[in-house]
Amino acid sequence: MSSAKSMMRKRKLKEFAGSIRRNKMAMTGTIILSIFILVAIFGPIIVPFSTLDFGDAEDMMQPPSSEHLLGTDDMGRDVLANLMSGARISLLCGFLATIISMVIGTIIGIASGYFGKAIDNVLMRFTDFFLVIPWLPLMMVLAAILGTSIWNIIFVIGITSWAGTARVVRAQTLSVKERQFVERTVSIGAGNIHIMIRHVLPNVFPLIFANTVLIAAVAITSETTLSFLGLGDTTRASWGMMLHYAFESGAASSGAWWYYLPPGLCVVLVVLSFALMGYAFDEIMNPKLKER
Amino acid sequence: MSDNIVEVKDLRVHFTLKGSLVQDAAGRRKKIVKAVDGVSFEIKQGEILSLVGESGSGKTTTGKAILGLVPFEAEKMLFRGEKINIKEKEYKRKFRQAAQMIYQDPYQSLNPRNQVIDIVTEPLVVNKLVESEEERLELGKEALERAGLTPGEDFFFRYPYELSGGQRQRVVIASSMIMGPSFVVADEPVSMLDASIRTGILKLMMDLRRENDLAYLFITHDLSLAWLISDRIAIMYLGKIMEMGDSEIIISSGKHPYTKALTDIMPKPGIKKEGPRKVLQGETPDPTEVIEGCKFCSRCPIKEEICSREEPPMKEVEPGHFVACHKV
Repeated sequence: MSSAKSMMRKRKLKEFAGSIRRNKMAMTGTIILSIFILVAIFGPIIVPFSTLDFGDAEDMMQPPSSEHLLGTDDMGRDVLANLMSGARISLLCGFLATIISMVIGTIIGIASGYFGKAIDNVLMRFTDFFLVIPWLPLMMVLAAILGTSIWNIIFVIGITSWAGTARVVRAQTLSVKERQFVERTVSIGAGNIHIMIRHVLPNVFPLIFANTVLIAAVAITSETTLSFLGLGDTTRASWGMMLHYAFESGAASSGAWWYYLPPGLCVVLVVLSFALMGYAFDEIMNPKLKER
Repeated sequence: MSDNIVEVKDLRVHFTLKGSLVQDAAGRRKKIVKAVDGVSFEIKQGEILSLVGESGSGKTTTGKAILGLVPFEAEKMLFRGEKINIKEKEYKRKFRQAAQMIYQDPYQSLNPRNQVIDIVTEPLVVNKLVESEEERLELGKEALERAGLTPGEDFFFRYPYELSGGQRQRVVIASSMIMGPSFVVADEPVSMLDASIRTGILKLMMDLRRENDLAYLFITHDLSLAWLISDRIAIMYLGKIMEMGDSEIIISSGKHPYTKALTDIMPKPGIKKEGPRKVLQGETPDPTEVIEGCKFCSRCPIKEEICSREEPPMKEVEPGHFVACHKV
C-alpha cells in the first residue's frame, strides 16, 4: 500500500523533472547551480591549499600559474581555494536565509489571508513596513548591531526579505479559502490549523516554491553586498569578503584581475542560475503563464 | 422528546452588501440581501424534505445555516431537540459528526491536491476517531465500497482529477457518511452530473438512508426530482417558504399560485395536459429590494390589493399542509 504511494510520488517527481528538462531556462539554471553545489561540497577537499595558507612575501598578488591556478591574493593565499570555500558560504547563506524568509513569509501570508479582518490588517501593515523600508540600510544597521558572524548575516537577510512572499501567499490564500473544499472541511468539523496546513498550504505551495528560488538569488546578492561593505564574517572567506579585500588592497587599480574577477563572476552566475530557475518554475507551476 | 431531528423556526440570514468607500461616506443606506427571511420547518428522523426553489431563493443558504456555515438569526434552531450552538466546542464536535453536507459541484468540493483516501478519512482524522493507520485505511476502504467504489484500495491514492464526476460525487458521499451522520444536507447533489449517472448517485443516497435511518434536507430546483424522492416538499421563493406539505399533495393539489405555476409546467408522465400551459411572467425581483407584503406579489396572477400591503402568514389548510397566501 505504501508502495503505491511512493510510486505516485515517483511519478510526480518524474513529471516535474521532465518539465524541467523540456524548459531550456530551467535546464541551464539547474546545470549551473549543480556545478556550484558540487564545487562547494568537494572543491575545498580537492584543492591542495587551505584558505589559511598565508604565503611568503614573494607569493603575494601573483598572477595565475601552474601552482596557483587563479593566482594569489594580497596575503599570498590561493584565490581558487578561497573561491571554493566562498561558494560554501555563499550557497549556505543563500539557502538558509531563503528558508527563514520562506517560513516567515508563508506563516504571515497564510494567517493574514485566512483570518482576514483585524489580523489581516495588522499583519499586512507590518508587511508593508518591511516592504517599503530600504532593505540595505536596515540590513547594515542590523548586521552592525548583531555583530558580524555568518549566522547573524543569514538571520538578517532572512528577516528582511520575506515581505514579498507574504504578499503573494496572502493573495493566493484569499482565493483558496473561498473554494468549496475549504467550506466542506469546515463542515466536517476541522479546525483552522488543520485547514491551513492540509488545504491552504498545499495549494499555495507551488507559488511559494517559485517565489523562494528568486529570493535565494536576492539572498546571495545581499550577503555579497554586506560582506563587500565590510559587515561580513571576517573569519570566513565568502565571495563578498574576497571582493572586499580585493577592493581594499587595490587589486582593481593594480591590474590583479585574477583576484576580483572570479568572485564577481561566481556571484553573477549563481544569481543568474537562481533567477533562471525561478522564472522557469513559475512558468511550469503556473499554467496560465505557459502560453507566453 | 419529539421525533423531529431538525426544528427550525423563523430562520433569517441577512447579508450586508458593502458599498464603495465613497458611497459609504455619503451615508447611502447599506444594501441588505435577505437571503433567508423567516423560514420555519422541521424534519423527522429518517425523513426527506426537499427545498425547491429557483436560483437565489435561499435554499442553499438555508441548508448552510442549519450546519452553521453562515451566520444566522433564528427564533429556534434545534437538532435532536437541542439548540444548535456551534460556538460551544464540545457541542460543535458532536454536531459536526452527526450532521453532514453533500455539495453540488464535485469538481469544487474536493481538494485537488489530496488523495482520495485522505479526503474520505479526513472527518475521522480531524475528529480524532481513529487510532492507527491500519484502522484509518480499513474504514476508508469500507466507506468507499459502501459508496460504490469497489475495490476501495484501487481508489486510495488517486487524485480527484483522475476520477469522473460521478466517482467524485461518490467520494464526497463516502466522506460525508464515514462518521455515520443522522442528518445530511444535500445541496443539489446530482445537478452537476450527467443524466446517466444521476440515478446511480440518487440510488446510493436512498440506500444509505435506508441503512442508517438518515434524514435528508434535499435542496434542488428540480421539482420532479423532489417529487420522486422526498416525503415532503417545501417551495421557496425569495427567502420564504411559500408552501409546504407532503410531496404528493404539493404536486397534485398545490394551493399557492407559485406552486401551481411550477407544477403546471412540470412534465408528468402519463398525464396529458389540456389547454395551453401557463408560464409565469416576469423576473425574480432584485433581492436587495425591500418588498412590502407578499414576496410573490409582483408576479402573482391572482393578486389583490391586500397582497402588496400585508405579508401573508403561514396557514395550515389541512394537517401538515402549509400555505402562505391571502387567497387560500
